[in-house]
Amino acid sequence: MELTRRDALAALAASGVAVGTGAVLNGDLFADDPEPEDRMDSLLAVAEVVYPSEVSGVEEFVRTYALGRVEDRPDYRDGMVGALSTLDEYARTWHDADFRRLDDETRESVLDQMGVDTASPDPEGSDPARVRYYLVNELLYALYTSPTGGELVGIENPQGHPGGTGSYRRGPRG
Amino acid sequence: MTGADRDRTPSERADVCVVGAGPAGALAAHRLAKQGHDVVILEAGKRFDFEDRKRRMERAIRPGHDPLSVWEMGGPRDRFTSDGEWFYPLNRARVKGVGGTSLHWQGMVMRLHESDFEEWPVEYRELRPYYAEAEEALGVAGAADNPYAPPREKPYPMSAFPPSHSDSIFAEACERVGVTMHSVPNARNSESYDGRSSCVGYGTCKPVCPSGAKYSADHHVEKAEQEGARVVDRAPVQRLEHDGSGERVTAAVYATPDGETHRQEAREFVLAAGGVGIPRLLLLSESRQYPDGLANSSGAVGRYFMDHLFAGVGGTIDRETRQNHVGFITSECHQFYDDPTRGTEGTAGGIPEWSSEEGEPVPDSIKLEFLNYAGPSPVEMALSGEEFGDDLLETLREGYGNSIAMGGLVGQRPRKENRITLDHSTTDDHGNPVPEIHWRVDARTKAGLRRANEIQRAICSELGVDVSWTVGPENTGPAFHHMGTTRMGTDPDESVVNPRLRTHDLGNLSVASSSVFVTGGALNPTLTIAALALKAADHVDERL
Repeated sequence: MELTRRDALAALAASGVAVGTGAVLNGDLFADDPEPEDRMDSLLAVAEVVYPSEVSGVEEFVRTYALGRVEDRPDYRDGMVGALSTLDEYARTWHDADFRRLDDETRESVLDQMGVDTASPDPEGSDPARVRYYLVNELLYALYTSPTGGELVGIENPQGHPGGTGSYRRGPRG
Repeated sequence: MTGADRDRTPSERADVCVVGAGPAGALAAHRLAKQGHDVVILEAGKRFDFEDRKRRMERAIRPGHDPLSVWEMGGPRDRFTSDGEWFYPLNRARVKGVGGTSLHWQGMVMRLHESDFEEWPVEYRELRPYYAEAEEALGVAGAADNPYAPPREKPYPMSAFPPSHSDSIFAEACERVGVTMHSVPNARNSESYDGRSSCVGYGTCKPVCPSGAKYSADHHVEKAEQEGARVVDRAPVQRLEHDGSGERVTAAVYATPDGETHRQEAREFVLAAGGVGIPRLLLLSESRQYPDGLANSSGAVGRYFMDHLFAGVGGTIDRETRQNHVGFITSECHQFYDDPTRGTEGTAGGIPEWSSEEGEPVPDSIKLEFLNYAGPSPVEMALSGEEFGDDLLETLREGYGNSIAMGGLVGQRPRKENRITLDHSTTDDHGNPVPEIHWRVDARTKAGLRRANEIQRAICSELGVDVSWTVGPENTGPAFHHMGTTRMGTDPDESVVNPRLRTHDLGNLSVASSSVFVTGGALNPTLTIAALALKAADHVDERL
């Protein structure tokens, strides 16, 4: 199932971002970072672990969504950047490489070893709690409140998405 | 001007000072302003920006945030003590701010039944025109298909939301056991109404409606302002002052964020700060003349605190139920409201009549609900899951799709010992004693919960539900409907306000709130609060 730019824009609209703003169209999430593209690659690397394999179009979806989310929220952006740095620190300690350079299996093992899978998300919490909040749950929230993410599970109008008042009345498809 | 530097000094000349900007205060203020009176609303909480609602919704869905933070409740301002046999989670039960608790309410709006007024000094027929006006004001989507509802004079302002797929599953079983399902009146737009959009299905009604399709009282606060009313937010009223004779309130003393204290004088005062805030304010306003609290010659201020209790049964079923598309319900049942002991006969069996266990009281009214949000939503499961990727998706697919559940409300009779007092050992951010809640669930209420579960289980059993949870007598919780603490009556020795909603003791002090309820029934109280607020406003207008 393909994630589209429309999914990302819908997810952004549902999170209160005015869709079509400059950053979404032209900007760069990590523009003032020494290695902006590396940061984005790291976020995409997390998405590759936490998103199911049957979705495609992840890169454009994540780029569009993440840019919109942090555009007018510098604190939130700092939180994301901090969590990405933390993730790289753990990856370098255990595997001598940044998170984005690890293979899929190793990436997942880093998240597991950090305890991100069982961590309670907390924007001001411990390392795993921040990684869970700013990276893992950020990406999962974007996916599973989008129409395509909902369809994956069998709900056309997932909670958090303004999908109208038609679908609740309909029975399951043939 | 930002919230911090807004002018919060008193109005020089005010006809009416309204304390509280929830549904009761907003509707009363709007009506009085429209009638040409100078109205000032004092609200303890802030004015929330509508544009922030989507972010508040995200806070509600995503773990990692205190649920109270969605509407910024808690902290020193909102301290309380719960000292009863049962803990009462007060700050989860209210919102302070422009719009009040309607910012996070569910939005179900039924008229009380005629039988509910037996102990009230007003009858249903007296409130009936106010109910109709309240339905117009809030914007109610409903249908006249409830055979147990009291008589009405005209259709609801909007057509009802059609039944859900889940309702259609219940309908089969209900027919077999002789249980009648009917629509739910919702204060939620099924079409555009009064400048607000129709529901777009965010599915997070409680605690946040990002579209504004669910009614919230900030809407009528704005309408009141358009009629000339003035709103002072972040202005908690500390006490009320009265004249030398003790017959009239002269001023509401309120604090502002800059540390100042002001006096708002007015000819009439309307208290609309909820079933806990109102008795607390009256108790805080004790004086030489009123040593037990203002307007409390009866001793009833704070007493007879009531809530509704939740009863529910849920589980899974071997078919897709299509839950969590919307955050509101579309079918309910009042069949066991006026007589909860009755049995039923359907096409294949029925609900047996009530049979008391030894010493068990007979239950009071029961309202039953058919939920459209049984079980967790996929996004909630994903955000608190312990797997990623394909494993997570598989778990979500297994966990979503087959949940089904019923809910319901059971009422409590007024009991003198269930009450709000002041806890002088704990103070709020202004040094005032905090409210202390003394509350318990009595045997009759527990009997009602047992009866509700019995009916719910019979329906679920007929459907073949694999029941995995029950909320009943031992693990119930309050529905956050604060009632009874300044009860209405004709006898000044037994009640706080008269049938015109004015305090017996003070000639210019009215109460617009569920705190005036004499009994609580088992229906969500806000429509009745709204009707009473409009009635109170009319009586204030008559005096001005």
